[in-house]
Amino acid sequence: MNALVLARSRLAPSRRAGPQRLPLPGTARGAAFGQVVRNEARLARRSPMPVIGSIGLPVVLMIIFGEIPSSGAVVAALGGLTLFSVYLPIIMVLGLTMLTLLGLPGPLVSYRELGILRRLSTTPVPPSWLLAAQVVIQFGVAVAGLLIVNVVSVIAFGAASPKSPAGLVLSLLATIAGMFALGLLIAALAPTSGSVNAISRLALIPLMFFAGLWLPRPLMPQILQDISNFTPLGAAVQAIQASMQTGFPPARPLLVLVAYAAVFGFAARRFFRWE
Amino acid sequence: MELPAVQITHLRKTYGPLVAVDDVSLSVAEGEIFGILGPNGAGKTTTVECAIGLRHADSGTVSLMGLDPRTDRDKVREIVGVQLQTGAQPNKLRVGEILEEYRSFYRQPADVGELMDVLGLAAKRGDYYKTLSGGQRQRLSVALALVGQPKIAVLDEMTTGLDPQARRDTWELIEGIRDRGVTIVLVTHFMEEAERLCDRVALIDNGRVVALDTPAALAERARGGKTVRFLPSAPFDDHLLTNLPEVTGLEHVGQHVVVTGQGELVNAVILALHAVGVTARDVQLDSSNLEDAFVKLTGTHLHTEGVAA
Repeated sequence: MNALVLARSRLAPSRRAGPQRLPLPGTARGAAFGQVVRNEARLARRSPMPVIGSIGLPVVLMIIFGEIPSSGAVVAALGGLTLFSVYLPIIMVLGLTMLTLLGLPGPLVSYRELGILRRLSTTPVPPSWLLAAQVVIQFGVAVAGLLIVNVVSVIAFGAASPKSPAGLVLSLLATIAGMFALGLLIAALAPTSGSVNAISRLALIPLMFFAGLWLPRPLMPQILQDISNFTPLGAAVQAIQASMQTGFPPARPLLVLVAYAAVFGFAARRFFRWE
Repeated sequence: MELPAVQITHLRKTYGPLVAVDDVSLSVAEGEIFGILGPNGAGKTTTVECAIGLRHADSGTVSLMGLDPRTDRDKVREIVGVQLQTGAQPNKLRVGEILEEYRSFYRQPADVGELMDVLGLAAKRGDYYKTLSGGQRQRLSVALALVGQPKIAVLDEMTTGLDPQARRDTWELIEGIRDRGVTIVLVTHFMEEAERLCDRVALIDNGRVVALDTPAALAERARGGKTVRFLPSAPFDDHLLTNLPEVTGLEHVGQHVVVTGQGELVNAVILALHAVGVTARDVQLDSSNLEDAFVKLTGTHLHTEGVAA
Protein backbone atom coordinates (compact mmCIF):
# COMPACT_ATOMS: atom_id res chain seq x y z
CA MET A 1 0.00 0.00 0.00
CA ASN A 2 2.76 2.40 0.93
CA ALA A 3 4.62 1.51 -2.22
CA LEU A 4 1.49 2.29 -4.14
CA VAL A 5 1.13 5.65 -2.46
CA LEU A 6 4.72 6.45 -3.24
CA ALA A 7 4.39 5.32 -6.83
CA ARG A 8 1.38 7.54 -7.23
CA SER A 9 3.02 10.50 -5.63
CA ARG A 10 5.73 10.28 -8.25
CA LEU A 11 3.04 11.02 -10.80
CA ALA A 12 2.32 14.21 -8.98
CA PRO A 13 3.05 17.47 -10.73
CA SER A 14 6.49 18.44 -9.64
CA ARG A 15 6.63 19.56 -6.04
CA ARG A 16 9.97 21.08 -6.89
CA ALA A 17 7.98 23.84 -8.51
CA GLY A 18 6.97 24.29 -4.93
CA PRO A 19 3.61 24.76 -3.25
CA GLN A 20 4.24 28.49 -3.18
CA ARG A 21 1.81 29.29 -5.94
CA LEU A 22 1.43 33.00 -5.51
CA PRO A 23 -1.90 34.79 -5.37
CA LEU A 24 -3.12 36.39 -8.55
CA PRO A 25 -1.09 39.29 -9.91
CA GLY A 26 -2.83 42.64 -10.14
CA THR A 27 -4.12 42.40 -13.70
CA ALA A 28 -5.54 38.92 -13.13
CA ARG A 29 -7.18 40.16 -9.94
CA GLY A 30 -8.80 42.91 -11.96
CA ALA A 31 -10.04 40.36 -14.49
CA ALA A 32 -11.37 38.17 -11.67
CA PHE A 33 -13.24 41.11 -10.18
CA GLY A 34 -14.60 41.81 -13.64
CA GLN A 35 -15.96 38.25 -13.76
CA VAL A 36 -17.64 38.71 -10.38
CA VAL A 37 -19.22 41.98 -11.48
CA ARG A 38 -20.33 40.45 -14.77
CA ASN A 39 -22.15 37.60 -13.04
CA GLU A 40 -23.73 39.98 -10.52
CA ALA A 41 -24.91 42.13 -13.41
CA ARG A 42 -26.42 39.06 -15.07
CA LEU A 43 -28.26 38.25 -11.87
CA ALA A 44 -29.56 41.82 -11.58
CA ARG A 45 -30.78 41.63 -15.18
CA ARG A 46 -32.44 38.25 -14.66
CA SER A 47 -34.28 39.36 -11.50
CA PRO A 48 -34.96 42.95 -12.52
CA MET A 49 -37.73 43.90 -10.09
CA PRO A 50 -35.59 45.99 -7.68
CA VAL A 51 -34.00 47.85 -10.59
CA ILE A 52 -37.29 48.41 -12.40
CA GLY A 53 -38.91 49.57 -9.17
CA SER A 54 -36.18 51.96 -8.18
CA ILE A 55 -36.01 53.54 -11.65
CA GLY A 56 -39.66 53.18 -12.64
CA LEU A 57 -41.39 54.42 -9.50
CA PRO A 58 -39.71 57.87 -9.50
CA VAL A 59 -40.50 58.30 -13.19
CA VAL A 60 -44.15 57.36 -12.63
CA LEU A 61 -44.38 59.71 -9.64
CA MET A 62 -42.81 62.51 -11.63
CA ILE A 63 -45.33 62.03 -14.45
CA ILE A 64 -48.18 62.12 -11.93
CA PHE A 65 -46.87 65.32 -10.35
CA GLY A 66 -46.17 66.80 -13.75
CA GLU A 67 -49.74 66.20 -14.83
CA ILE A 68 -51.30 67.85 -11.77
CA PRO A 69 -52.59 71.11 -13.32
CA SER A 70 -51.42 73.37 -10.51
CA SER A 71 -48.01 71.70 -10.05
CA GLY A 72 -46.30 74.39 -12.10
CA ALA A 73 -47.78 77.26 -10.13
CA VAL A 74 -45.64 79.10 -7.59
CA VAL A 75 -46.91 78.54 -4.06
CA ALA A 76 -46.01 81.05 -1.38
CA ALA A 77 -46.32 78.44 1.39
CA LEU A 78 -43.66 76.38 -0.35
CA GLY A 79 -41.19 79.21 -0.12
CA GLY A 80 -42.08 80.56 -3.53
CA LEU A 81 -41.42 77.29 -5.34
CA THR A 82 -43.68 75.20 -7.53
CA LEU A 83 -45.08 71.91 -6.23
CA PHE A 84 -43.15 70.13 -8.98
CA SER A 85 -39.79 71.61 -8.02
CA VAL A 86 -40.41 70.85 -4.34
CA TYR A 87 -41.12 67.22 -5.17
CA LEU A 88 -38.29 66.69 -7.66
CA PRO A 89 -35.58 66.16 -4.97
CA ILE A 90 -37.97 63.94 -3.01
CA ILE A 91 -38.53 61.82 -6.09
CA MET A 92 -34.76 61.53 -6.63
CA VAL A 93 -34.10 60.30 -3.11
CA LEU A 94 -37.10 57.94 -3.28
CA GLY A 95 -35.47 56.06 -6.16
CA LEU A 96 -32.17 55.88 -4.29
CA THR A 97 -33.94 54.69 -1.16
CA MET A 98 -35.78 51.88 -2.94
CA LEU A 99 -32.48 50.79 -4.40
CA THR A 100 -30.48 50.84 -1.19
CA LEU A 101 -33.17 49.26 0.97
CA LEU A 102 -34.11 46.47 -1.45
CA GLY A 103 -31.63 46.18 -4.31
CA LEU A 104 -28.44 46.22 -2.27
CA PRO A 105 -29.03 44.11 0.86
CA GLY A 106 -31.33 41.52 -0.77
CA PRO A 107 -28.73 39.67 -2.84
CA LEU A 108 -26.05 39.92 -0.16
CA VAL A 109 -28.23 38.38 2.52
CA SER A 110 -29.36 35.59 0.20
CA TYR A 111 -25.70 34.86 -0.65
CA ARG A 112 -24.99 34.50 3.03
CA GLU A 113 -28.03 32.23 3.45
CA LEU A 114 -26.96 30.06 0.52
CA GLY A 115 -23.41 29.74 1.86
CA ILE A 116 -21.96 31.51 -1.17
CA LEU A 117 -19.99 34.01 0.93
CA ARG A 118 -18.57 31.13 2.92
CA ARG A 119 -17.73 29.19 -0.21
CA LEU A 120 -15.91 32.20 -1.64
CA SER A 121 -13.78 32.53 1.46
CA THR A 122 -12.19 29.17 0.58
CA THR A 123 -10.98 30.59 -2.74
CA PRO A 124 -8.20 33.13 -3.32
CA VAL A 125 -10.94 35.74 -3.74
CA PRO A 126 -12.40 37.23 -0.55
CA PRO A 127 -16.19 37.25 -0.13
CA SER A 128 -16.07 41.03 0.25
CA TRP A 129 -15.67 41.13 -3.52
CA LEU A 130 -19.31 40.14 -3.91
CA LEU A 131 -20.23 43.05 -1.72
CA ALA A 132 -18.04 45.38 -3.75
CA ALA A 133 -19.50 44.04 -7.00
CA GLN A 134 -23.00 44.71 -5.70
CA VAL A 135 -22.03 48.26 -4.78
CA VAL A 136 -20.60 48.82 -8.27
CA ILE A 137 -23.76 47.54 -9.97
CA GLN A 138 -26.22 49.32 -7.71
CA PHE A 139 -24.20 52.52 -8.11
CA GLY A 140 -24.60 52.18 -11.85
CA VAL A 141 -28.34 51.68 -11.47
CA ALA A 142 -28.54 54.69 -9.12
CA VAL A 143 -26.73 56.93 -11.57
CA ALA A 144 -28.90 55.72 -14.45
CA GLY A 145 -32.07 56.34 -12.44
CA LEU A 146 -30.97 59.85 -11.44
CA LEU A 147 -30.02 60.71 -15.01
CA ILE A 148 -33.42 59.57 -16.26
CA VAL A 149 -35.29 61.59 -13.60
CA ASN A 150 -33.26 64.73 -14.27
CA VAL A 151 -33.39 64.52 -18.04
CA VAL A 152 -37.12 63.75 -18.14
CA SER A 153 -37.88 66.57 -15.68
CA VAL A 154 -36.14 69.11 -17.90
CA ILE A 155 -37.32 67.81 -21.27
CA ALA A 156 -40.86 66.70 -20.49
CA PHE A 157 -41.83 69.05 -17.68
CA GLY A 158 -39.70 72.09 -18.39
CA ALA A 159 -37.93 72.03 -15.03
CA ALA A 160 -35.13 74.57 -14.77
CA SER A 161 -31.66 73.05 -14.93
CA PRO A 162 -29.89 73.12 -11.56
CA LYS A 163 -28.31 76.37 -10.34
CA SER A 164 -25.22 74.45 -9.28
CA PRO A 165 -24.67 71.27 -11.29
CA ALA A 166 -21.50 70.53 -9.33
CA GLY A 167 -23.40 71.00 -6.08
CA LEU A 168 -26.13 68.66 -7.33
CA VAL A 169 -23.63 65.97 -8.27
CA LEU A 170 -21.88 66.32 -4.93
CA SER A 171 -25.19 66.23 -3.04
CA LEU A 172 -26.31 63.13 -4.89
CA LEU A 173 -22.97 61.39 -4.35
CA ALA A 174 -23.15 62.16 -0.64
CA THR A 175 -26.72 60.84 -0.57
CA ILE A 176 -25.68 57.67 -2.38
CA ALA A 177 -22.81 57.18 0.07
CA GLY A 178 -25.04 57.57 3.12
CA MET A 179 -27.84 55.40 1.75
CA PHE A 180 -25.53 52.66 0.45
CA ALA A 181 -23.90 52.50 3.86
CA LEU A 182 -27.38 52.07 5.34
CA GLY A 183 -28.15 49.31 2.82
CA LEU A 184 -24.94 47.52 3.78
CA LEU A 185 -25.80 47.89 7.45
CA ILE A 186 -29.16 46.24 6.79
CA ALA A 187 -27.33 43.48 4.90
CA ALA A 188 -25.08 43.09 7.92
CA LEU A 189 -27.90 42.88 10.45
CA ALA A 190 -30.71 41.09 8.60
CA PRO A 191 -30.52 37.39 9.43
CA THR A 192 -32.65 36.21 6.48
CA SER A 193 -33.87 37.43 3.11
CA GLY A 194 -37.36 37.72 4.57
CA SER A 195 -36.16 40.02 7.30
CA VAL A 196 -34.51 42.32 4.74
CA ASN A 197 -37.98 43.13 3.46
CA ALA A 198 -39.37 43.65 6.94
CA ILE A 199 -36.51 45.92 8.03
CA SER A 200 -36.60 47.86 4.78
CA ARG A 201 -40.33 48.50 4.95
CA LEU A 202 -39.93 49.65 8.52
CA ALA A 203 -37.06 51.99 7.66
CA LEU A 204 -38.69 53.32 4.49
CA ILE A 205 -41.55 55.15 6.22
CA PRO A 206 -39.62 57.44 8.65
CA LEU A 207 -36.88 58.01 6.09
CA MET A 208 -39.35 59.16 3.44
CA PHE A 209 -41.47 61.05 5.93
CA PHE A 210 -38.55 63.28 6.86
CA ALA A 211 -37.64 63.63 3.19
CA GLY A 212 -41.05 65.29 2.91
CA LEU A 213 -42.92 62.74 0.83
CA TRP A 214 -46.19 63.27 2.70
CA LEU A 215 -45.52 66.76 4.01
CA PRO A 216 -42.89 68.77 2.11
CA ARG A 217 -40.21 70.22 4.35
CA PRO A 218 -41.30 73.86 3.92
CA LEU A 219 -44.72 72.89 5.34
CA MET A 220 -43.31 70.98 8.33
CA PRO A 221 -43.58 72.56 11.80
CA GLN A 222 -40.19 73.88 12.96
CA ILE A 223 -39.55 70.94 15.26
CA LEU A 224 -40.05 68.43 12.42
CA GLN A 225 -37.84 70.50 10.14
CA ASP A 226 -35.12 70.48 12.78
CA ILE A 227 -35.33 66.71 13.05
CA SER A 228 -35.49 66.36 9.28
CA ASN A 229 -32.25 68.32 8.93
CA PHE A 230 -30.43 65.55 10.75
CA THR A 231 -32.01 62.54 9.05
CA PRO A 232 -30.26 61.11 6.00
CA LEU A 233 -33.00 61.91 3.51
CA GLY A 234 -33.95 65.22 5.11
CA ALA A 235 -30.36 66.37 4.71
CA ALA A 236 -30.29 64.92 1.19
CA VAL A 237 -33.40 66.78 0.08
CA GLN A 238 -32.09 69.98 1.65
CA ALA A 239 -28.77 69.73 -0.22
CA ILE A 240 -30.38 68.75 -3.52
CA GLN A 241 -33.03 71.47 -3.24
CA ALA A 242 -30.36 74.10 -2.57
CA SER A 243 -28.31 72.94 -5.58
CA MET A 244 -31.38 73.11 -7.78
CA GLN A 245 -32.72 76.47 -6.64
CA THR A 246 -30.03 78.64 -5.06
CA GLY A 247 -26.51 77.39 -5.74
CA PHE A 248 -23.83 75.35 -4.05
CA PRO A 249 -25.42 73.63 -1.04
CA PRO A 250 -24.55 74.61 2.53
CA ALA A 251 -22.02 72.47 4.35
CA ARG A 252 -24.28 71.08 7.07
CA PRO A 253 -26.52 68.72 5.06
CA LEU A 254 -23.46 67.43 3.19
CA LEU A 255 -21.64 66.80 6.46
CA VAL A 256 -24.72 65.06 7.88
CA LEU A 257 -24.73 62.71 4.89
CA VAL A 258 -21.01 62.05 5.13
CA ALA A 259 -21.38 61.35 8.84
CA TYR A 260 -24.15 58.82 8.14
CA ALA A 261 -21.98 57.19 5.48
CA ALA A 262 -19.13 56.88 7.97
CA VAL A 263 -21.22 55.64 10.91
CA PHE A 264 -23.39 53.20 8.93
CA GLY A 265 -20.37 52.05 6.95
CA PHE A 266 -18.34 51.43 10.06
CA ALA A 267 -21.22 49.60 11.76
CA ALA A 268 -21.82 47.49 8.63
CA ARG A 269 -18.18 46.54 8.58
CA ARG A 270 -18.20 45.78 12.26
CA PHE A 271 -21.34 43.62 12.26
CA PHE A 272 -21.24 41.98 8.86
CA ARG A 273 -21.38 38.21 9.19
CA TRP A 274 -19.96 36.19 6.32
CA GLU A 275 -21.75 33.00 7.33
CA MET B 1 11.31 12.14 4.47
CA GLU B 2 8.69 13.71 2.31
CA LEU B 3 6.62 16.50 3.72
CA PRO B 4 3.03 15.35 4.26
CA ALA B 5 0.37 17.08 2.20
CA VAL B 6 -1.77 17.53 5.28
CA GLN B 7 -0.53 17.41 8.85
CA ILE B 8 -2.93 17.98 11.73
CA THR B 9 -1.61 17.85 15.26
CA HIS B 10 -3.71 17.84 18.43
CA LEU B 11 -6.49 19.86 16.89
CA ARG B 12 -9.16 21.00 19.32
CA LYS B 13 -12.25 23.10 18.67
CA THR B 14 -15.10 23.89 21.02
CA TYR B 15 -18.30 25.86 20.63
CA GLY B 16 -19.04 27.07 24.12
CA PRO B 17 -19.57 23.94 26.20
CA LEU B 18 -19.76 21.71 23.13
CA VAL B 19 -16.52 19.98 22.23
CA ALA B 20 -16.72 19.52 18.46
CA VAL B 21 -13.17 18.31 18.04
CA ASP B 22 -11.41 17.01 21.13
CA ASP B 23 -8.00 15.89 19.96
CA VAL B 24 -7.37 15.00 16.34
CA SER B 25 -3.98 14.27 14.84
CA LEU B 26 -3.46 12.84 11.40
CA SER B 27 -1.13 13.05 8.49
CA VAL B 28 -1.99 12.64 4.82
CA ALA B 29 0.72 11.72 2.33
CA GLU B 30 0.90 13.48 -0.99
CA GLY B 31 -1.11 11.69 -3.67
CA GLU B 32 -3.14 9.80 -1.11
CA ILE B 33 -6.92 9.51 -0.92
CA PHE B 34 -7.50 9.89 2.77
CA GLY B 35 -10.91 9.21 4.29
CA ILE B 36 -12.33 10.85 7.37
CA LEU B 37 -15.13 8.62 8.51
CA GLY B 38 -17.50 8.90 11.41
CA PRO B 39 -21.11 9.26 12.47
CA ASN B 40 -22.95 12.56 12.27
CA GLY B 41 -21.68 15.01 14.84
CA ALA B 42 -18.38 13.17 15.30
CA GLY B 43 -16.39 16.28 14.38
CA LYS B 44 -15.44 15.38 10.80
CA THR B 45 -16.62 18.58 9.18
CA THR B 46 -15.25 20.78 11.95
CA THR B 47 -11.89 19.05 11.56
CA VAL B 48 -11.67 19.80 7.85
CA GLU B 49 -13.05 23.31 8.28
CA CYS B 50 -10.26 24.04 10.74
CA ALA B 51 -7.78 22.38 8.40
CA ILE B 52 -8.66 24.65 5.49
CA GLY B 53 -8.68 27.77 7.65
CA LEU B 54 -12.43 28.33 7.51
CA ARG B 55 -12.59 28.05 11.29
CA HIS B 56 -10.00 28.83 13.90
CA ALA B 57 -9.07 25.93 16.12
CA ASP B 58 -8.77 26.51 19.86
CA SER B 59 -5.45 24.72 19.85
CA GLY B 60 -3.36 22.43 17.71
CA THR B 61 -1.57 23.00 14.45
CA VAL B 62 -2.39 22.44 10.80
CA SER B 63 0.05 22.37 7.94
CA LEU B 64 -0.94 22.08 4.28
CA MET B 65 2.10 21.44 2.07
CA GLY B 66 4.08 23.12 4.81
CA LEU B 67 1.81 26.17 4.89
CA ASP B 68 -0.23 27.35 7.84
CA PRO B 69 -3.83 28.01 6.69
CA ARG B 70 -4.10 30.89 9.14
CA THR B 71 -0.94 32.81 8.39
CA ASP B 72 -0.49 31.79 4.73
CA ARG B 73 -4.16 32.13 3.81
CA ASP B 74 -3.61 33.42 0.29
CA LYS B 75 -1.16 30.70 -0.67
CA VAL B 76 -3.25 27.99 0.94
CA ARG B 77 -6.37 29.04 -0.94
CA GLU B 78 -4.44 28.80 -4.21
CA ILE B 79 -3.52 25.14 -3.64
CA VAL B 80 -6.55 23.81 -1.79
CA GLY B 81 -9.87 23.16 -3.52
CA VAL B 82 -12.87 22.75 -1.28
CA GLN B 83 -16.28 21.21 -1.62
CA LEU B 84 -18.40 22.19 1.34
CA GLN B 85 -21.18 20.02 2.69
CA THR B 86 -23.69 22.81 2.32
CA GLY B 87 -23.24 25.16 -0.54
CA ALA B 88 -25.55 26.50 -3.20
CA GLN B 89 -25.13 28.94 -6.06
CA PRO B 90 -27.41 31.72 -7.27
CA ASN B 91 -30.45 30.20 -8.99
CA LYS B 92 -30.22 32.36 -12.07
CA LEU B 93 -26.61 31.82 -13.02
CA ARG B 94 -25.77 29.26 -15.68
CA VAL B 95 -23.39 26.38 -15.00
CA GLY B 96 -20.77 27.72 -17.41
CA GLU B 97 -20.98 31.22 -15.94
CA ILE B 98 -20.40 29.96 -12.41
CA LEU B 99 -17.42 27.86 -13.47
CA GLU B 100 -15.89 30.70 -15.51
CA GLU B 101 -16.17 33.02 -12.51
CA TYR B 102 -14.43 30.59 -10.15
CA ARG B 103 -11.87 29.79 -12.81
CA SER B 104 -10.81 33.44 -12.91
CA PHE B 105 -9.88 33.30 -9.22
CA TYR B 106 -6.91 30.98 -9.74
CA ARG B 107 -3.46 31.30 -11.21
CA GLN B 108 -3.33 27.95 -12.94
CA PRO B 109 -6.94 26.99 -13.50
CA ALA B 110 -8.28 23.92 -15.23
CA ASP B 111 -9.96 24.06 -18.61
CA VAL B 112 -13.66 24.57 -17.93
CA GLY B 113 -14.81 22.64 -21.00
CA GLU B 114 -12.68 19.64 -20.12
CA LEU B 115 -13.78 19.72 -16.50
CA MET B 116 -17.43 19.78 -17.53
CA ASP B 117 -16.84 16.83 -19.86
CA VAL B 118 -15.21 14.81 -17.12
CA LEU B 119 -18.00 15.58 -14.68
CA GLY B 120 -20.80 15.03 -17.17
CA LEU B 121 -21.88 18.65 -17.03
CA ALA B 122 -21.13 19.62 -20.62
CA ALA B 123 -24.77 19.33 -21.69
CA LYS B 124 -25.77 21.56 -18.77
CA ARG B 125 -23.37 24.39 -19.53
CA GLY B 126 -26.12 26.81 -20.50
CA ASP B 127 -28.63 25.75 -17.84
CA TYR B 128 -29.60 27.80 -14.82
CA TYR B 129 -28.43 26.47 -11.48
CA LYS B 130 -32.02 26.19 -10.28
CA THR B 131 -32.84 23.68 -13.00
CA LEU B 132 -30.08 21.26 -11.96
CA SER B 133 -30.88 18.01 -10.17
CA GLY B 134 -29.28 17.25 -6.80
CA GLY B 135 -26.67 15.09 -8.46
CA GLN B 136 -25.83 17.75 -11.02
CA ARG B 137 -25.46 20.38 -8.30
CA GLN B 138 -23.18 18.03 -6.43
CA ARG B 139 -21.05 17.52 -9.52
CA LEU B 140 -20.88 21.26 -10.12
CA SER B 141 -19.75 21.65 -6.54
CA VAL B 142 -16.99 19.10 -7.14
CA ALA B 143 -16.09 20.92 -10.36
CA LEU B 144 -15.76 24.20 -8.44
CA ALA B 145 -13.44 22.46 -5.97
CA LEU B 146 -11.24 21.31 -8.85
CA VAL B 147 -11.34 24.28 -11.22
CA GLY B 148 -8.28 25.86 -9.60
CA GLN B 149 -6.23 22.68 -10.23
CA PRO B 150 -5.61 22.28 -6.50
CA LYS B 151 -2.81 20.20 -5.02
CA ILE B 152 -5.15 19.20 -2.21
CA ALA B 153 -8.88 18.66 -2.70
CA VAL B 154 -11.08 18.53 0.38
CA LEU B 155 -14.44 16.96 -0.40
CA ASP B 156 -17.06 16.94 2.33
CA GLU B 157 -19.88 14.40 1.79
CA MET B 158 -19.22 14.48 -1.89
CA THR B 159 -21.65 11.73 -2.92
CA THR B 160 -24.41 12.24 -0.38
CA GLY B 161 -27.69 12.46 -2.23
CA LEU B 162 -26.37 10.95 -5.43
CA ASP B 163 -27.93 7.88 -6.99
CA PRO B 164 -25.73 4.77 -7.07
CA GLN B 165 -24.68 5.23 -10.69
CA ALA B 166 -23.74 8.87 -10.18
CA ARG B 167 -21.87 7.86 -7.04
CA ARG B 168 -19.82 5.28 -8.92
CA ASP B 169 -19.11 7.81 -11.68
CA THR B 170 -17.91 10.27 -9.08
CA TRP B 171 -15.64 7.66 -7.52
CA GLU B 172 -14.02 7.04 -10.87
CA LEU B 173 -13.60 10.75 -11.31
CA ILE B 174 -11.90 11.03 -7.91
CA GLU B 175 -9.52 8.21 -8.77
CA GLY B 176 -8.73 9.94 -12.01
CA ILE B 177 -7.95 13.16 -10.18
CA ARG B 178 -5.73 11.37 -7.73
CA ASP B 179 -3.88 9.78 -10.61
CA ARG B 180 -2.98 13.30 -11.68
CA GLY B 181 -1.24 13.72 -8.35
CA VAL B 182 -3.88 15.54 -6.34
CA THR B 183 -4.08 14.68 -2.67
CA ILE B 184 -7.67 14.05 -1.68
CA VAL B 185 -9.25 14.34 1.74
CA LEU B 186 -12.66 12.75 1.66
CA VAL B 187 -15.14 13.27 4.46
CA THR B 188 -17.79 10.59 4.36
CA HIS B 189 -20.11 8.51 6.43
CA PHE B 190 -20.53 6.11 3.56
CA MET B 191 -18.63 2.88 4.12
CA GLU B 192 -18.56 1.54 0.60
CA GLU B 193 -17.09 4.82 -0.55
CA ALA B 194 -14.26 4.69 1.98
CA GLU B 195 -13.50 1.03 1.22
CA ARG B 196 -13.51 1.58 -2.48
CA LEU B 197 -11.59 4.85 -2.68
CA CYS B 198 -9.44 5.47 0.34
CA ASP B 199 -5.83 4.47 0.79
CA ARG B 200 -6.20 5.13 4.49
CA VAL B 201 -9.06 6.02 6.74
CA ALA B 202 -9.29 7.84 10.05
CA LEU B 203 -12.30 6.83 12.11
CA ILE B 204 -13.46 9.79 14.15
CA ASP B 205 -15.84 9.50 17.04
CA ASN B 206 -16.65 12.10 19.67
CA GLY B 207 -13.98 14.42 18.32
CA ARG B 208 -11.18 11.89 18.52
CA VAL B 209 -9.40 9.61 16.09
CA VAL B 210 -10.30 6.12 17.29
CA ALA B 211 -8.47 4.30 14.52
CA LEU B 212 -6.31 5.16 11.53
CA ASP B 213 -5.25 2.56 8.98
CA THR B 214 -6.02 1.14 5.57
CA PRO B 215 -9.65 0.11 5.16
CA ALA B 216 -8.59 -3.53 4.84
CA ALA B 217 -6.45 -3.46 7.97
CA LEU B 218 -9.21 -1.81 9.96
CA ALA B 219 -11.67 -4.41 8.80
CA GLU B 220 -9.28 -7.18 9.72
CA ARG B 221 -8.74 -5.70 13.14
CA ALA B 222 -12.49 -5.67 13.68
CA ARG B 223 -12.91 -9.39 13.39
CA GLY B 224 -9.46 -10.43 14.53
CA GLY B 225 -8.86 -11.71 11.04
CA LYS B 226 -10.37 -13.30 8.00
CA THR B 227 -12.07 -16.62 7.48
CA VAL B 228 -11.53 -18.98 4.55
CA ARG B 229 -13.98 -21.81 4.04
CA PHE B 230 -13.32 -24.55 1.50
CA LEU B 231 -13.97 -28.15 0.50
CA PRO B 232 -10.69 -30.14 0.32
CA SER B 233 -10.34 -32.60 -2.55
CA ALA B 234 -8.72 -35.11 -0.17
CA PRO B 235 -8.18 -35.42 3.59
CA PHE B 236 -5.04 -33.77 4.98
CA ASP B 237 -3.28 -33.29 8.28
CA ASP B 238 -4.61 -30.21 10.12
CA HIS B 239 -1.07 -29.30 11.22
CA LEU B 240 -0.23 -28.60 7.61
CA LEU B 241 -2.31 -25.45 7.96
CA THR B 242 -2.20 -24.67 11.69
CA ASN B 243 1.61 -24.49 11.45
CA LEU B 244 1.35 -21.64 8.95
CA PRO B 245 2.11 -18.22 10.46
CA GLU B 246 -1.00 -16.73 8.82
CA VAL B 247 -3.36 -19.26 10.42
CA THR B 248 -4.82 -18.80 13.88
CA GLY B 249 -7.53 -21.41 13.93
CA LEU B 250 -9.04 -24.34 12.06
CA GLU B 251 -12.25 -26.24 12.39
CA HIS B 252 -14.21 -28.82 10.43
CA VAL B 253 -17.80 -28.03 9.54
CA GLY B 254 -19.28 -31.08 7.87
CA GLN B 255 -17.07 -31.77 4.87
CA HIS B 256 -15.84 -28.17 4.79
CA VAL B 257 -12.79 -26.79 6.52
CA VAL B 258 -12.91 -23.30 8.04
CA VAL B 259 -9.57 -21.60 8.60
CA THR B 260 -9.21 -18.27 10.38
CA GLY B 261 -6.14 -16.09 10.23
CA GLN B 262 -4.59 -12.88 8.96
CA GLY B 263 -2.60 -11.46 6.12
CA GLU B 264 -2.41 -13.32 2.83
CA LEU B 265 -4.45 -16.15 4.29
CA VAL B 266 -6.00 -17.52 1.11
CA ASN B 267 -2.72 -17.72 -0.77
CA ALA B 268 -0.94 -19.35 2.15
CA VAL B 269 -3.65 -21.99 2.59
CA ILE B 270 -3.96 -22.83 -1.08
CA LEU B 271 -0.19 -23.04 -1.59
CA ALA B 272 0.25 -25.31 1.42
CA LEU B 273 -2.52 -27.63 0.22
CA HIS B 274 -1.16 -27.60 -3.31
CA ALA B 275 2.23 -28.73 -1.99
CA VAL B 276 0.66 -31.97 -0.75
CA GLY B 277 -1.53 -32.43 -3.82
CA VAL B 278 -4.79 -31.28 -2.29
CA THR B 279 -6.95 -28.75 -4.06
CA ALA B 280 -9.42 -26.48 -2.33
CA ARG B 281 -12.79 -26.23 -3.97
CA ASP B 282 -15.77 -24.03 -3.28
CA VAL B 283 -13.49 -21.44 -1.62
CA GLN B 284 -15.31 -18.70 0.22
CA LEU B 285 -13.51 -15.78 1.79
CA ASP B 286 -15.44 -14.23 4.58
CA SER B 287 -13.83 -10.95 5.47
CA SER B 288 -15.31 -8.34 7.72
CA ASN B 289 -15.67 -4.88 6.29
CA LEU B 290 -15.15 -1.36 7.40
CA GLU B 291 -18.68 -1.18 8.71
CA ASP B 292 -17.88 -3.99 11.16
CA ALA B 293 -14.72 -2.19 12.14
CA PHE B 294 -16.63 0.95 12.74
CA VAL B 295 -19.24 -0.69 14.90
CA LYS B 296 -16.59 -2.47 16.90
CA LEU B 297 -14.41 0.58 17.42
CA THR B 298 -17.08 3.15 18.16
CA GLY B 299 -20.04 1.13 19.32
CA THR B 300 -22.24 3.04 16.89
CA HIS B 301 -23.62 2.38 13.48
CA LEU B 302 -23.00 4.80 10.70
CA HIS B 303 -25.95 6.14 8.89
CA THR B 304 -26.15 3.89 5.90
CA GLU B 305 -28.50 5.89 3.71
CA GLY B 306 -26.05 5.38 0.88
CA VAL B 307 -26.41 1.61 1.01
CA ALA B 308 -30.16 1.82 0.87
CA ALA B 309 -30.16 4.24 -2.04
